[in-house]
Amino acid sequence: MTKSLTHLQRLEAEAIHIFREVAATFTKPVMLYSIGKDSSVMLHLAMKAFYPAKPPFPFLHVDTTWKFKEMIAFRDSEAKRLGFDLLLHSNQDGIDQGISPFVHGSNTHTHIMKTVALRQALDKYGFDAAFGGARRDEEKSRAKERIFSFRNAQHSWDPKNQRPEMWKIYNTRVAKGESIRVFPISNWTELDVWQYILQENIPIVPLYYAAKRPVVERDGMLIMRDDERMQLLPGEKLQEKLVRFRTLGCYPLTGAIESDAVTLPEIVSEMLIARTSERQGRMIDKDEAGSMEKKKREGYF
Amino acid sequence: MNTVAPIEASAAEEIRAYMAEQEKKSLLRFLTCGSVDDGKSTLIGRLLYDTKLIFEDQLAALQNDSRKHGTNGEDIDFALLVDGLEAEREQGITIDVAYRFFSTPKRKFIVADTPGHEQYTRNMATGASTADLAIVLVDARQGILRQTRRHSFIASLLGIRNIVLAINKIDLVDYSQAIFDRIVADYQDFASKLGFQSIQPIPLSARFGDNVISASANMPWYKGPALLEHLEDVPLADADEERPFRFPVQYVNRPNLDFRGFSGTIASGVVAPGDEVVVAKSGKSSRVKRVVTLDGDLDRAVEGQAVTLVLEDEVEVSRGNMLVAPSARPEVADQFAAHLVWFAEHALIPGRSYILRTETDQATATVTDLKYRIDINSFAQEAAKSLDLNEVGVVNISTQEPIAFDPYKSNRSTGSFILIDRLTNATVGAGMIDFGLRRASNVHWQALDVSKASRADQKNQKPAVIWFTGLSGSGKSTVANLVEKRLSSLGKHTYILDGDNVRHGLNRDLGFTEEDRVENIRRVGEVAKLMVDAGLIVLVSFISPFRSERRMVRELLADGEFLEIFVDTPFEECARRDPKGLYAKALRGEIKNFTGVDSPYEAPENPELHLHTVGRTTEALASEVEKLLVEHGIIFNYDQSSWSI
Repeated sequence: MTKSLTHLQRLEAEAIHIFREVAATFTKPVMLYSIGKDSSVMLHLAMKAFYPAKPPFPFLHVDTTWKFKEMIAFRDSEAKRLGFDLLLHSNQDGIDQGISPFVHGSNTHTHIMKTVALRQALDKYGFDAAFGGARRDEEKSRAKERIFSFRNAQHSWDPKNQRPEMWKIYNTRVAKGESIRVFPISNWTELDVWQYILQENIPIVPLYYAAKRPVVERDGMLIMRDDERMQLLPGEKLQEKLVRFRTLGCYPLTGAIESDAVTLPEIVSEMLIARTSERQGRMIDKDEAGSMEKKKREGYF
Repeated sequence: MNTVAPIEASAAEEIRAYMAEQEKKSLLRFLTCGSVDDGKSTLIGRLLYDTKLIFEDQLAALQNDSRKHGTNGEDIDFALLVDGLEAEREQGITIDVAYRFFSTPKRKFIVADTPGHEQYTRNMATGASTADLAIVLVDARQGILRQTRRHSFIASLLGIRNIVLAINKIDLVDYSQAIFDRIVADYQDFASKLGFQSIQPIPLSARFGDNVISASANMPWYKGPALLEHLEDVPLADADEERPFRFPVQYVNRPNLDFRGFSGTIASGVVAPGDEVVVAKSGKSSRVKRVVTLDGDLDRAVEGQAVTLVLEDEVEVSRGNMLVAPSARPEVADQFAAHLVWFAEHALIPGRSYILRTETDQATATVTDLKYRIDINSFAQEAAKSLDLNEVGVVNISTQEPIAFDPYKSNRSTGSFILIDRLTNATVGAGMIDFGLRRASNVHWQALDVSKASRADQKNQKPAVIWFTGLSGSGKSTVANLVEKRLSSLGKHTYILDGDNVRHGLNRDLGFTEEDRVENIRRVGEVAKLMVDAGLIVLVSFISPFRSERRMVRELLADGEFLEIFVDTPFEECARRDPKGLYAKALRGEIKNFTGVDSPYEAPENPELHLHTVGRTTEALASEVEKLLVEHGIIFNYDQSSWSI
């Protein structure tokens, strides 16, 4: 217990320790870069962990082809600014089949374009460790997951048989084909993430800030029409509203909130009085009970 | 997530002030533990609910879940907030530790909700290993149970010094002070041996919230603090900057020829540019030139900080080594005594080889001596030959290479380790180092003038161990015997170590339990190694059923000195041959632990030679072995055609 370190310093040190542990013990690590605020924080931490060197692993974006256009633009500018090695992967079979969240629903879309795509990419490059930005405060099954979370050769998580994780001693040993998902910001809360972004001035996708955006009300959520692929249903109408996003993902599955928060302090302030969790804006978690655990067993992050 | 009054959205200044306020809060990590159904998850759910940390959508989901899986009728079942796995909700139990986060105006908290079932003790230990305080729950109707004792013991073992004794479900015993007092007395009686600094007993009802965040009107006789009040106020030990500097090197950062930095997290103490540091394992010393971070070089860094150190001199340091204060160094040894908690279904067996991992170091290790097992009820020391799942023992451990460490009591980071199974990579045990064993540093190798190579040269051969493994009656000894005869006729110096023969002398004190089989192989391996050192070709004919022991012997020897031959005869064929009548007896149940009958045989995965014996003559099999010896350069300069086959 250290009083001399602040709460955020302690979380930062823990994350840096985890990044270095992976770089020192795995042969082929990768960081999953999903462009959201948690990824921005992860990227920042990775830069810190290896300074003055660059992170000794590539960054992989699994592109479902349904991300917000602003996310893609932000991704490319960050890769250029920081000079990290960016790998892109999309599930070509899914694209050929024309998988769409509008037509096939969120479950099928997420399974084929995210979970399967991720497995394809991990197999293609033979990564033995993959960093993810998941936090334990996000969801109940995440609260149960280890920081170094073992996956068998089928990328599957066995929640009933996790390796004990004692102190800061991580068991990083895997057999051929097996891998470990690593979550350096497991112990951060949503508030910690925002507070850190504010303290460190970390760039984030502009979609987190309120702006006038074209949205449609559908299934109780405000969906932003980011391109022509979104067709209006009978009775729906496109409206310009002052909105922002608490989390980012595929635009058809991500609900906006009405807000006039245009600065970081305003976002934090809004968060402090929020009465709903950030995952409420994600359609995939609501489809069925225990859906996150099920997806994780299938190889989802 | 707020516990303060809402703030004007436009007031950026206020937000920054609020943030600064947040940063000043201290952090308490605690766990809830105790027996099944004592209400651990319910208590955490109640804490989150009463501190207003549950969002509306989570509450709606909780109400829904409570109707579906809940155990409280129409009421909300708070346990479902933390039991996040499907299997947990269905069975109404906690399987693995869940981490939850909350804060009050005074403190931030990370809670580990740990399972009560004995079979999930390792998950409880996981939660306890990073905690500063433990809430031990007791059901007021049940009093102190076996798991209450076990969890208190493990918490104490892992170095937790502050306990809250939460006597829960007090509503179900009519808020009885007499019952409360009796349980407290029972607990204090056995916990007096566990070295806790503070034990705060609190009577409460997690289900109804009595004494959880505020004092309950139902128990006017209780004058102590409510749970949350205590958690906010319990004093935390500050990092002691006087502790000696310890910096386990995690990663060597070398982006170019001009920069060589050692990255790691400071385990204790303080470091500043100009400080003298010593490399623990080599004793070489240097000075700190820079403390590097992306935010600029630091004037000093303290315990808990993850930094990169650049030294003045080019000293040899790699991952697993430690940079330390010159005046107070850690121990460096390859033998030490430790407390060990066992996590695996498969028992710990002295003599078997495991991978030992500290925060950054790794070495092959064996438990050389299981001094005793600790009974978790009476804390008595019991003699034992192995440690089963969830048992705790005191052991001596020997590592192949020396490691640097401190006693766990003085440093949790540099005094802890885990053991990993070599085949499955499972984490099978966790250890806390007590002290180094002087033996290791005082018994030095005697340097000898005549070397292994010169002894072998004299004999015109390359020494090696030819290890025959297979079921009883598979033909190991028959083949080995013929091979030796032929080698002997070539003028080679050989010796056969035969399982049955060795058991008449060297190993006559050993039986056939798994523990004894491991020790049997360890001794034979060491003898074979000495014979190789003497320049001999050693033929070992042992059932040697376990992969890990065969691997252990392989690792005792240099590369290329160990050739494993799998004498593969199917069980039915061995039982049919039954040269010593043993299979008949074993199948009648007259011999226990007979390999292939009621004790397993683990076939080699990559033997140097796989001999299928069925339908082949001993001569043909022996020739295959000889071919192997030629291929590996064990024997040379001879003409195989001159032998009669």
